Amino acid sequence: MKAPKFEYVRAGSRQQALELLDQHGEDGRILAGGQSLMPTLNMRLSQPGTLIDINKIADLSGITLENNVVRIGAMTRHVEVANSPIIAEHLPLIAEAMEHVAHHAVRNRGTIGGSVALADPAAEMPACVLALGATLIVESVKGRREIAADDYFQGLYETARESNELLVEISVPIEKPDDVSVFLELAQRHGDFAMAGLACVARISNRTFEDLRLVYFGSEDKPTIATGAMAAVVGQTWSAACKEAAADALTNDLDPMTNLQGSSEMKLHLQKVLTGRALDAAIERAEAA
Amino acid sequence: MLDKPNSYVGRTLSRDAAKRAVAGRGRYTDDIAPARTLHAAFVRSPYGHAKILSIDVEAAKQQPGVTLVMTGAELAEMCTGPWVGTLVCFDGMKSEPQHPMAIDRACWQGEPVVMVVASTRAEAEDAAELVIVEYEELPVVIDKETALDKSTPVIHPDLGDNLAFEKMIETGDVEKAVAEADVVIEDTFTFGRHTAVSLEPRALLAEYDPGTERLTIHTSSQCPHMIQAVFARTLGVPEHNVRIVAPDVGGSFGLKIHTFGDEIAATAAAIKLARPVKFVADRLESFATDIHARENCVKARMAVSKDGIITSLDIDVRSGAGAYSQYPRTSVFEANQILNITGGPYGHENYRATTQVVYLNKVPTSQYRAVGHPIGNTVGESLVDQAAAACNIDPMEFRRRNVMRDDSYPRVSAAGIEMRDMSHQQCLETLVERMSYDALREEQAELRKQGIQRGIGIAAFIKGTAPGPAGYYGAGGAPISSQDSCTIKLEPSGGVICMVGVTDQGQGVDTVMGQIAAATLGVPMESVRVIEGDTDAVPYGGGTYASRATAIGGEATYQAAMTLRAEILEIAGVLLQAEPDTLDILDGHVVDKGDTSSRISLAEIGRIGHFQVAELPNHIQPTLSATHRFRLRDALYIFTNGIQGAYVEVDTDTGFIKLLNHWVIEDCGRVINPQLADEQVRGGCVQGLGGALYEECVYDTAGQLQNATLADYLTPMAGEMPDIEVAHIQTHTGVSELGAKGVGESGTGAAPAVVMNAVNDAIRPFGGKVTAQPMSPETILKALGKV
Ligand SMILES: Cc1cc2nc3c(=O)[nH]c(=O)nc-3n(C[C@H](O)[C@H](O)[C@H](O)COP(=O)(O)OP(=O)(O)OC[C@H]3O[C@@H](n4cnc5c(N)ncnc54)[C@H](O)[C@@H]3O)c2cc1C
Repeated sequence: MKAPKFEYVRAGSRQQALELLDQHGEDGRILAGGQSLMPTLNMRLSQPGTLIDINKIADLSGITLENNVVRIGAMTRHVEVANSPIIAEHLPLIAEAMEHVAHHAVRNRGTIGGSVALADPAAEMPACVLALGATLIVESVKGRREIAADDYFQGLYETARESNELLVEISVPIEKPDDVSVFLELAQRHGDFAMAGLACVARISNRTFEDLRLVYFGSEDKPTIATGAMAAVVGQTWSAACKEAAADALTNDLDPMTNLQGSSEMKLHLQKVLTGRALDAAIERAEAA
Repeated sequence: MLDKPNSYVGRTLSRDAAKRAVAGRGRYTDDIAPARTLHAAFVRSPYGHAKILSIDVEAAKQQPGVTLVMTGAELAEMCTGPWVGTLVCFDGMKSEPQHPMAIDRACWQGEPVVMVVASTRAEAEDAAELVIVEYEELPVVIDKETALDKSTPVIHPDLGDNLAFEKMIETGDVEKAVAEADVVIEDTFTFGRHTAVSLEPRALLAEYDPGTERLTIHTSSQCPHMIQAVFARTLGVPEHNVRIVAPDVGGSFGLKIHTFGDEIAATAAAIKLARPVKFVADRLESFATDIHARENCVKARMAVSKDGIITSLDIDVRSGAGAYSQYPRTSVFEANQILNITGGPYGHENYRATTQVVYLNKVPTSQYRAVGHPIGNTVGESLVDQAAAACNIDPMEFRRRNVMRDDSYPRVSAAGIEMRDMSHQQCLETLVERMSYDALREEQAELRKQGIQRGIGIAAFIKGTAPGPAGYYGAGGAPISSQDSCTIKLEPSGGVICMVGVTDQGQGVDTVMGQIAAATLGVPMESVRVIEGDTDAVPYGGGTYASRATAIGGEATYQAAMTLRAEILEIAGVLLQAEPDTLDILDGHVVDKGDTSSRISLAEIGRIGHFQVAELPNHIQPTLSATHRFRLRDALYIFTNGIQGAYVEVDTDTGFIKLLNHWVIEDCGRVINPQLADEQVRGGCVQGLGGALYEECVYDTAGQLQNATLADYLTPMAGEMPDIEVAHIQTHTGVSELGAKGVGESGTGAAPAVVMNAVNDAIRPFGGKVTAQPMSPETILKALGKV
C-alpha cells in the first residue's frame, strides 16, 4: 500500500495553483487535507501524475460574515468550521452536522472544500450546503464561476466543477432567525460515513410548516432534495397523518443504493424514520425558540 | 510463599512495556532496519479460484531497485515440500498439500502468486504491477451450506469432495430425552467470518549469514519456537541454526500463532540473496491473507422438563474453512471446540454433537481468540433463554437450576471433558448482586411503559485454557510444545534474569512472570529482568496461545524460582552457619525467618557464588540458576468458568443497538495482577462485541472479499463500548501449585452470547428474535418485520 510515483508541487498562490491545474489537466490533482486523497493513492485506486498542494495558500481559508452571507474558504479545515462562532451563530445546521464528520484527527486536517469537491454521497457537508442553498465558487485561469448548490452535485462523486477549476469558496446565506434546522444521521459507529441521514431547514409557525427543505444523504448517489416529501408537509399542521404522508412521499423521492451497510429497502425505511424524527425535532425547536 | 503480605502476586503493577509504548519507544519488527535491507511485495490472485496459465516477470525484473522476482514454482524448489494442514488427532481429516505460493492454481483471492523483492516497498509494488499473470477462472465454492452437494464443484479433485473433517460426540440418549421432554427448543444460528485485525500487522525481517549458515528472523509472533521449527523444516535449514526473535508485538489475538506462505517466501529470498529481506503485510493484505475464523452455522435443539431442567442438547455444526487447512494448527479446531463447549456450564447427561468442516474458496481459517467459544456459547445460551421463556421461568433462575454445582467436581461434562475447580453457582450469585438483577428487571419494565426497549442478557460460560499434551497439537504431530519453561538465574549483582518460553503481545505476560519470580524469590521487581521472545535466549516453550501463558508459563517460572530460592538459602546457610529452613528471602536479602533481620544480601551471595567461590566448601558447586518446565498431565485443558451480564437498548425503528452496561464474573483461579486480568477480560469482551455487532468478512458470489479496509470492515471503537465491570472468583486450579488458570479469552468467549440474549430480551415483546451475527441494524429490523 504505497502510492505510485507522482510529482508534487506546493502552490504558493492561488494563481499558481490555477496555472498548474490548467497545465496538468486530468493528470493533476489538488491536495487539500489529504484525508480522502491519500488513502486512494496508497491503495493505488487513482494515479495522478502531479499533486498540487494548496495548503500554503493563505487566502483560501477562513470564515467571514458579510451581508448575511457566510464565506468559507475551501481550505478551511473541519476543525475550524466546528469551532467557529460565526458558524455556531449563523449556520447551526453546519455546526450540528460537524459533530458527525469523522473523528478529531481527520477533522484536524480535512477541509470543507475537500469534502464538497469530492462529493462523497455519504458525506455531511455536501448535504448541508445543498440544504442551505449555498453557492460554490470555482476559479480557473479563465476566470471565476458561481455554481448554485442545486446545480453542483450531479452524481456519484460527480460535480459541476471542471477538472481545471479550483473550488475556492463556499458562500452560504445565513439561516434566517425564524428558521429552524435539524441534522440527523445514522452511523453504526460515531464518525463513520452515514448509513442514512438528512439535513432539514424549516420555517414553522403554530406547528404549521410554512417552508421546508429536506436533503438526504447516505442513501442516494448524491445529496438529494426530497420534493415530494417537502410538498406533503408544507402548508400542513404537524400531525401523525402528516408524518405518514411525508414518509409515503419519500418512496418516490428516493431510490437508495444497496451497499455493505444495508439494502435499498432498509435505507429507505431508515430515511423515513429519520424524516419523522427530524420534523418532530423541528417542531420542538420552533416551539422552544 | 505467594500469599505473604506485600507479595507481588495479587498486586496491580503497570506492565513493563506500557511506559515505552506510550513514549513511542516500542521496537516492533518494522522498526528494525539493518543496512542493505530489501523489501518484498506480492502479486496476489485477483480471483477466488483460477488456473495459472502463464506468468511473465520480464518487465518487472527490469524495474529500478528490483533484485529478485520469484514465482511459486521457483520458491517450491527451495522448500522441502508442501504443507499439509492435518493432525493425526483429527481422525479422517484431509487437506490438499499447499505450497507457500500458488503454482498452477490459486484457490482464494489474495493467495500469493509471485514475490517481488526491491530496495523499497514502493519499488517492489511498482514492479509487482508489471508482472503479467494469465489466469483461467475456475468455478468457486463460496457457500458452506451447499459445499457438499453433488452439484457443487470440488475445489481439490484429489480429495474427492469438499469435506475437510467430520466428527460426532454422543453421550446418553438424546432422542429419548427429546421424546420425553415437556419443552423442546430448536433453532438455527449463523455466524459471519471475522479476522483478528491486530494493530501491528504480520511482519517479518529475515537475515541469512552464509558464513555461519545462520538464519535469523525477527517476526511479530506469539510462538517463536513453533516458527523456528516450521521455517527450519520448510526451508531445510537445521533448527538449531535458526534464531527467531519476536520483539515488541502489537497485538496478536491468535493471528500470530500461524505460518504464512508469503513469510516463507520472504525468508527464502533472504537466503537466496544473502541480504536482509523484510515483509510487512499492509492492511489490504492483512484482510485478504491473515487467517479468518468463526464462519459457522449451527442447528441446535434443547430438551427441557417443565420445571426447567435441561435434559439434552444436540447440535449440528457446519463450519466453513478456507481453501486449505491452515498449517500446522489446522482449520478444524473451531468446529471441534464448539462440540467441546456448547452447553458446557450445565449438568445434562444427553448430548449429541456433529460437525462437518468444508473447504471454500476463501482465506484459510484457523485459531482466533476464544476459538469456537463465541459460537458454542451463543448457541447454548440462546437456547437456554428460549427454554426459560417457554417454561415461564426467569432466565437467571433457569440457569441457577441447571449449572453444575460448585461441590460436584471433579466431574465429566456431557461432551466428555473433565471439569474441576469450577464455580458456576458462586459466579451466578455474584452477578445477581453486581448487576442488581431484580432492580434492573424493574427498571426495564418501567421503561417499557415509556416506549424505551431495553434488554437484559445473561450468559454462563466455560472456557478451555492452557491445553495439555494429551490433546491436540504436539500429540497430533505438529511441532508445537504444550509445555512451557523458565530458566532463572541469580547474577553477581543480585539481579535476577528470568527467561521464559511464553511471550508478550501487549497483555503484560512479561510483567506477570516478573511478579511471580520476584514474589517467589523474595526480591524487588526492579531487580528482575524478564527475557522472552528469543529462541537463542529462552528455554524451549510453546509460547502464548490458548490462554496458557500464566497458567503454564507461570507455574514453570514459580517452580524455577523455588529451586533457585532453595539453592540461595543453601549457600546462605553454609555461609551463615544456619539451617536453610530458618532463613527466608525478603526484599533481596536473606533474613532470619523469625525477626526478618537481614543476614546477607543476594548481591553478596551473587558475588561469592560467581567470583569468590573459594569461600564455599568443595561440595558446593553453585549453579545459581534453575530451569523448570511445566505441562498438564492427563487433562485436555484447564477449564475456567464464569458468567456475563449485559444491558442494552434497542431502537426498534432503526434497529440500532446501544450497549449500556456489561458485567463479567469469571474464575481464572489465582489472579496474579488484578488490573492486567481485568483488562484482558475487558479487551476480550470488546473483541467479542465487535464480532456480535459489526465485524464480518463479506464475500460476493465470485469469491471476492468485499470489505478489505478498515473503512468497510467495522471494528469496535471505544465510543460505542459500554463500561465493563469485572469481578474474579478465585478457585485455584489443583493441577499446579500456582493455581492460575487462563483469562485472556474469557471476555471474547461469551460477550457475543450475552449481547445477543440482551437484544432478544429487548425485542421479545414484539415477537422479534435474532439468531445471526453480526447483528446489523438490518438484521434487527428484519427480525422485527420492519423491512
Ligand atoms: C477515517 C475517516 C473517516 C471519515 N469520515 C468522514 C465522515 O464521516 N464524513 C465526511 O464527510 N468525511 C469523512 N471523511 C473524509 C474527510 O472529511 C475528508 O477530509 C474530506 O472528505 C476531504 O477533505 P480533504 O481536505 O481531506 O481533501 P483531500 O483528500 O485532499 O481531497 C479530496 C478530493 O477533493 C479534491 N479537492 C480537495 N480540495 C479541492 C479544491 N479546493 N478544489 C478542487 N478540488 C479539491 C482533491 O483533488 C481530491 O480529489 C473521513 C476520512 C477518514 C480518513
